[in-house]
Amino acid sequence: MKTVDLVRTAAANTVRSKLRTTLTVLALFVGAFTLTLTTALGAGVSDYVTKQVASLGAGDVFLISKASPTSTGGGPQKYDPATSTASSGTANPLTGSSGTLSATDITTLKNISGLSDVAPISQVSIDWIRAGSSDKYQVSIAPTSSIARSDLTAGTQLDAASSQRQLTLPDEYVKALGLGSASAAVGTTATLGITDLLGAHHEVTATIVGISNASLLSSGAGGNAALVEELAQLQKASSASPDHYQVAVAHFDATATAPQIDALKKRISAEGMSAQTIADQLGAIQTVITGITGVLNAFAIVALLAAAFGIVNTLLMSVQERTREIGLMKAMGMSNGRVFALFSLEAAFIGLLGSLLGAVGAMLLGIPLSAGLAAGPLSGLAGLHLLLFQPTSIVGVILLIVVIAFLAGTLPARRAARKTPIDALRYE
Amino acid sequence: MTNTLPGAVAPLLEARRLSKWYGKGDSRFHALDDVSLSIRRGESLAIVGKSGSGKSTLMHILALLDSVDAGEVLVDGEDARRLSRRAVNRLRNRRFGFVFQQFFLTPGTSVLDNVVLPLTITGVPAAERRRRGMAALARFDLADKARNRATDLSGGQKQRVVLTRALVGEPDVIFADEPTGNLDSATGAIVEDELFALNREHGITLVIVTHDEDLAARCDRQVHMRDGRLVEFTSAPAGVSA
Ligand SMILES: Nc1ncnc2c1ncn2[C@@H]1O[C@H](COP(=O)(O)OP(=O)(O)O)[C@@H](O)[C@H]1O
Ligand SMILES: [Mg+2]
Repeated sequence: MKTVDLVRTAAANTVRSKLRTTLTVLALFVGAFTLTLTTALGAGVSDYVTKQVASLGAGDVFLISKASPTSTGGGPQKYDPATSTASSGTANPLTGSSGTLSATDITTLKNISGLSDVAPISQVSIDWIRAGSSDKYQVSIAPTSSIARSDLTAGTQLDAASSQRQLTLPDEYVKALGLGSASAAVGTTATLGITDLLGAHHEVTATIVGISNASLLSSGAGGNAALVEELAQLQKASSASPDHYQVAVAHFDATATAPQIDALKKRISAEGMSAQTIADQLGAIQTVITGITGVLNAFAIVALLAAAFGIVNTLLMSVQERTREIGLMKAMGMSNGRVFALFSLEAAFIGLLGSLLGAVGAMLLGIPLSAGLAAGPLSGLAGLHLLLFQPTSIVGVILLIVVIAFLAGTLPARRAARKTPIDALRYE
Repeated sequence: MTNTLPGAVAPLLEARRLSKWYGKGDSRFHALDDVSLSIRRGESLAIVGKSGSGKSTLMHILALLDSVDAGEVLVDGEDARRLSRRAVNRLRNRRFGFVFQQFFLTPGTSVLDNVVLPLTITGVPAAERRRRGMAALARFDLADKARNRATDLSGGQKQRVVLTRALVGEPDVIFADEPTGNLDSATGAIVEDELFALNREHGITLVIVTHDEDLAARCDRQVHMRDGRLVEFTSAPAGVSA
């Protein structure tokens, strides 16, 4: 029998006993449906995270903060003017630190080999922003915005080297400030209001160079070094209090390997500070998602296992029922190998049917769902497609299920191949 | 071919001292006991005997469908045990046609698909299968039934479909086990006529298992079986004998 006829016969046989095939296909459908959705979820989230890391353009940057004070003996630690730092009280969500970096810490960092361009990040508290004669709106400048790139919808990135005061704004400010469209907003001037330590008000103007998408990492506006420096100076009101910084950034060799990065982190933590890469910070989010998809995948595998037993059962019954048919084919000279192939192919075909339906079903549900979420509850996270259906992973899921079905089919297929024509022909 | 002198060429099929037991131990049953028989090309042979006498067992062994406990079967003078499994499959597929005691039509598939099954197993391309299948069906006036489901036909039609399937591969020999057993006498007669027409017109050798004396009488030669043994040979009136 030619392979094309084998395949055709196998396909025809599966649709011959419709109810039984349907039930088996249903079990496979559940497995395929779930696996397609979970892989899409995993892909969607990791794609978003990767894009965010890439858009931040900070693969070679450490965010360094003071390590949480480890109380050795219990009770509050003694104040020592030389080493103690002022605590900011609340933990910084970005770095999780609860202390601030002193000028000494910065010097220490600068002396660590492997770190370059160590720069403290000044914390500035802006009161309001206004463009032309618009209303005043609250705004905050993300502390790391001067080093990171943001996910822009219009304009250009901040220029760290420029002496011009530059600003990037989240796109929700475009409407509020009456700037028209994102592209029209680029190049216009905004005014920032700030109050110094002594209570005096100051105004600073800055050029809007870019409009950004809101993201998990940079929710606020961004300012380049010139702008942040200017604001920090005004805020200090020429007081002589020692400088304290929430965070410092330091670059490392972009080609550094994971062990080299770990070594640097150890070195920094030995100095009482903690260093994290952007990827580290996103790692936590990804771990949660990986956990969720893992549990869902486990469910899918259980469904597939059940389906595999279903296939074994379906085909064993089918082999029994078709004993005479098998006997006839063997009497007419069909080889054992071809009989085996016929029944394994039947199983594979059931697998293909179930997995195709499952994948298509998952996409029919998932694509509108993902679009709906992106437009609704998740609209704050531009660029996030919760479910990303990648052709390769869908093909992978289908292949996996076809292989499982095929393997399940080999048991009944062996039984069919072993029947002697004569037993089959005498079978009543 | 039928004019060839006996002994000049090896017979198409030859059975030498066949023995076949069923079961084990005390319940062991001697189904074939020292059966020797030779079948020439182009002849029609009837294997006659009561139910349970071992006719089907003998036919299955001659058709290389079953194994023996002693003795041998020769095809064209060659011991069948020396043939590879592949060669045996090929032989049954290309040179043997079968009509079994039951119809063995595959339910849910068309008459045409059932008829061309031997060709499908051979690997004949679909178009040629169809052409040959339709030609064979036309012979039995079944061309208009080609698309019907095989299991929807009447008994007589079914047996004619089975005959069509047996001859579609243009075999050298057709083995028929009680070909008219399931049919009323009128339909049975039509099927008989067709079988002998194949024998006459195409020189197809017939090996017919039957307990019907009338059918047996139409054959060139009869062998009678009782309790697994051949008991008497009857030659056809024409005087052709082994
Ligand atoms: N698989 C088997 N196991 C045991 N006995 C069998 C088997 N097949 C046939 N027999 C017995 O062998 C004898 C011959 O059977 P069979 O060749 O079918 O006879 P016939 O075709 O002449 O009616 C019968 O008694 C039958 O019961
Ligand atoms: Mg019988």
